Amino acid sequence: MADMVTLTIDGHEVSVPKGTTILEAAKTIGQEVPHYCYHPGMSSPAMCRLCLVQVEGAPKPMPGCVTTVMEGQVVHTESEQAKANRQGVLEFYLVNHPLDCPICDMAGECDLQDYVHEEGRQHGRSVEPKRIFGRDDFGGDVLFYGDRCVMCTRCVRFMSEVEQDQRLTVVERGSRSVIDTFFEEGLEGTHWHGNIVDICPVGALVSKDFLHKARAWDLEHTPSVCTSCSQGCNIDLHTRDNLVQRLKPRENLDVNGWWMCDHGRHNYEWINQGDRIEAPLVRDEAGGTKALGWKDALGSLLERAGSLSGASVKAVASPFASNEDLGALAALVTALGGGETVFRSARAQEEVVLKGFPTLARRKDLAPNTHGATSIGMSRVGGDEATGGLDQVAAHDGIVIVLGDALSDLDASFGEKASLFVYVGTHTVAAAATADYVLPVTTFAEQEGSFTNLDGRVQRFWPALQAPGMARPAWLILGAMVAELAGSEPARSAADSFALLSSKVTAFGGMSYDDLGTRGAVVNATVSLSGD
Amino acid sequence: MAYPYVSDREVRVVSKHFGDPLQRRIDTYVERGGYKALAKALEVGPEDVVDIVKSSGLRGRGGAGFPTGVKWSFMPKDTNRPHYLLCNADESEPGTFKDRELIRWDPHQLIEGCLIGAHAIRAQHVYIYCRGEFFETTQVLARALEDAYAKGYVGENILGSGHTIDVTVHAGAGAYICGEETGLMNSLEGRRGLPRIKPPFPAAVGAFGMPSTINNVETLCAIPHIVTHGGEWYRQWGTEKSPGTKLFCVSGHVNKPGNYELALGFPLSELIEDVCGGVRNGNALKAVIPGGSSVPIINAEEVSRCSLDYEGCVAVGTMLGCASVIVMDETADIVKQVRRMADFYAHESCGQCTPCREGTTWTAKILRRIEDGRGTEEDLDTLMQTTQNMVGTTICVLSDSVAAPVQSSIVKFRDEYLALIRRGERVGAA
Repeated sequence: MADMVTLTIDGHEVSVPKGTTILEAAKTIGQEVPHYCYHPGMSSPAMCRLCLVQVEGAPKPMPGCVTTVMEGQVVHTESEQAKANRQGVLEFYLVNHPLDCPICDMAGECDLQDYVHEEGRQHGRSVEPKRIFGRDDFGGDVLFYGDRCVMCTRCVRFMSEVEQDQRLTVVERGSRSVIDTFFEEGLEGTHWHGNIVDICPVGALVSKDFLHKARAWDLEHTPSVCTSCSQGCNIDLHTRDNLVQRLKPRENLDVNGWWMCDHGRHNYEWINQGDRIEAPLVRDEAGGTKALGWKDALGSLLERAGSLSGASVKAVASPFASNEDLGALAALVTALGGGETVFRSARAQEEVVLKGFPTLARRKDLAPNTHGATSIGMSRVGGDEATGGLDQVAAHDGIVIVLGDALSDLDASFGEKASLFVYVGTHTVAAAATADYVLPVTTFAEQEGSFTNLDGRVQRFWPALQAPGMARPAWLILGAMVAELAGSEPARSAADSFALLSSKVTAFGGMSYDDLGTRGAVVNATVSLSGD
Repeated sequence: MAYPYVSDREVRVVSKHFGDPLQRRIDTYVERGGYKALAKALEVGPEDVVDIVKSSGLRGRGGAGFPTGVKWSFMPKDTNRPHYLLCNADESEPGTFKDRELIRWDPHQLIEGCLIGAHAIRAQHVYIYCRGEFFETTQVLARALEDAYAKGYVGENILGSGHTIDVTVHAGAGAYICGEETGLMNSLEGRRGLPRIKPPFPAAVGAFGMPSTINNVETLCAIPHIVTHGGEWYRQWGTEKSPGTKLFCVSGHVNKPGNYELALGFPLSELIEDVCGGVRNGNALKAVIPGGSSVPIINAEEVSRCSLDYEGCVAVGTMLGCASVIVMDETADIVKQVRRMADFYAHESCGQCTPCREGTTWTAKILRRIEDGRGTEEDLDTLMQTTQNMVGTTICVLSDSVAAPVQSSIVKFRDEYLALIRRGERVGAA
């Protein structure tokens, strides 16, 4: 390839494209040069001075974040001189940085803590009183602990370069420099400011929502996909005590870069909501319901369905269900004799675009898997509030199956006319009062699966929480019934279920979980949409 | 003449008219031969001007001493993009007061120098960035500029040559760091006065992102004389490597402090004893800072060996800097003086780079503690090491400037530090 530059970093020969910085070149050999102010998504002011490396022939240590590689250059990031530089700079940080780690939200995931632990002096030499800035409410979800600030200005640059709504600035100079807002409202009304908490390398900017909720080392991190719109931002679910404590963006340059919107970030309490259906419920002749084991419940359901052979099926799906769940539902509808499957989804009036990373926006389509549902042949009905459009289903006298839709705009008369009404969901809903079978399923946070985002990118998510009671993934339950009806082997894992989907739906053809990995892949270009 | 003090040892080239209020008037300036160098420069063309200045060996008077003609030759030859000449009149190094006097007494000399410099680097616009606190100076310069515009020396079609050069006087807002060339550019553009990372260098990407050259006031003031008389004429003074004359701002414990223009290479001891009338009250000389507060301090013995040119100062372990000679006699408290300098730098650090932002303040705090008698001998080791961590690790050299006086004073005047520490220990023990 043309325009490649070959240099030596810590004794390893590296070839990288011309214009690459030393810091990025070092990453290619797995060498992470400590840094604060540098962030790959923003400009680099080279002011933290932590990434100073030794370049042979250079009169001074060079900042790795802005120094571009040169042919034949010899760089040392671990030499005595480089280490001494870092130790010196780290000591300067601790002149004013408070040692309040025990009460700091960032403790456990703090770069300063890590760097000092790794390379800092064992004992501080500063005995002078530290400067005090105190706390400030920056508006929105952000609290500012001025004393902890290491003045990397990532937050200022995020607001000016990425969100492009300059709400923060540095005031004063020297060691009196402090980050501040221009006006009283601060960050209020901006849509991406949660990211400044993520990129703050220390505990200077913290989330009010997460404040004192959990210690970083007690949190489990599970890769997942945001469900708040069809962008499909890659995220990590941070969980403790079987509850989601916060959402953090996970880097994926093809989807969301390093960012996520505040709307998605704070929309997680629903995952923790209690009052779950914990066992399959079957309506008895007297009109009451009784809880059964899965084998008995599904056995009686199939028996009942068999007695109705020839009845047509109308199904309501949810764009919050995974590709696997929807695929299993489609297969079940076919196995029961065929019919129509519709879904409803909410849409926002406007997109909220992140100006500095314009391929990322909070999309109008507020469901994570609309693309998946339509690829599988389901059609959208109803309005932009995810209401209406189910009159035909309500009037249907055959089999009615509802997966995931809370039917919030409908009353208990829904499904009265159906010869068999199966409700598959997480919570008891009013409109499922007449359901013959209520089958408990898991949320996306409790199961493995995948969503297809608005660009047709199929992205996997992993289980982070224990499912309550007997709730099981929909693909497992519906897939078991399909297998029973067809006399075939049921899918025993989400991967199997996806493989089945891939064999049946052209859009997913040739894909497998192994290919998708944690980054996802785009569905086949020739999407076969039936019924749309 | 009564300009505070004058000496017959002086060679007054740029300071010839100090003390003469008539020189500010454009008519007087022209009568005395002013703006003739400009006419000559416009006639001969940019390359020739650069060659004349190169041949004179004139070195930048702002402190770094980089050859001016060479600096000008770095500018791109094409004029597809605007070029800018910036004149650094943000004189704020403690101990320095030459640029203020140059502008106050002889504003047209600077304007003429700026116009010639602009012509040499193919710039059509000059910005003179004046220190924010220079109220009178800025006013004098602005009035002179008005006169020069009115007489057709500045602006469109200068002296009928077809060349257009505009000059803008810009007042800073009072920050030492805006005297750093890239900090000045940011400030000029209306940004925070933060030094920029180099490369890119100003000749490639300078003010407003365009090729720029930045020169000190004194440098530009020497230009008309060099253009008039030629490079060889200028070389009659000074040494081979440091030709010409230089203004020395002498302050502190001498009988006659003031600005003295001397040939480079002048012995420092003679400057103090002869030109400045010796140390006050017949006291013994203790120390001298020869180049402004950011160069290493030297003791009396080193003073006796020091000749005032760029190389001569380096030979005794210090630098000529901007030739601001601060003289301290035996009554001076070195620790206090160094602490005051550290306070200054802590106050003026822009706060970008961590070693400077934290290091300057920390240094000042430790020195204050020692001065108050609460220091320890370990503090001196700490100071030596932490100031060393501030050298060469930052974007600009402000933090290096703290290291120089602190380190040199601890090495050369360790006894004074120890005396304060011991006294504190005795008081503590009692």
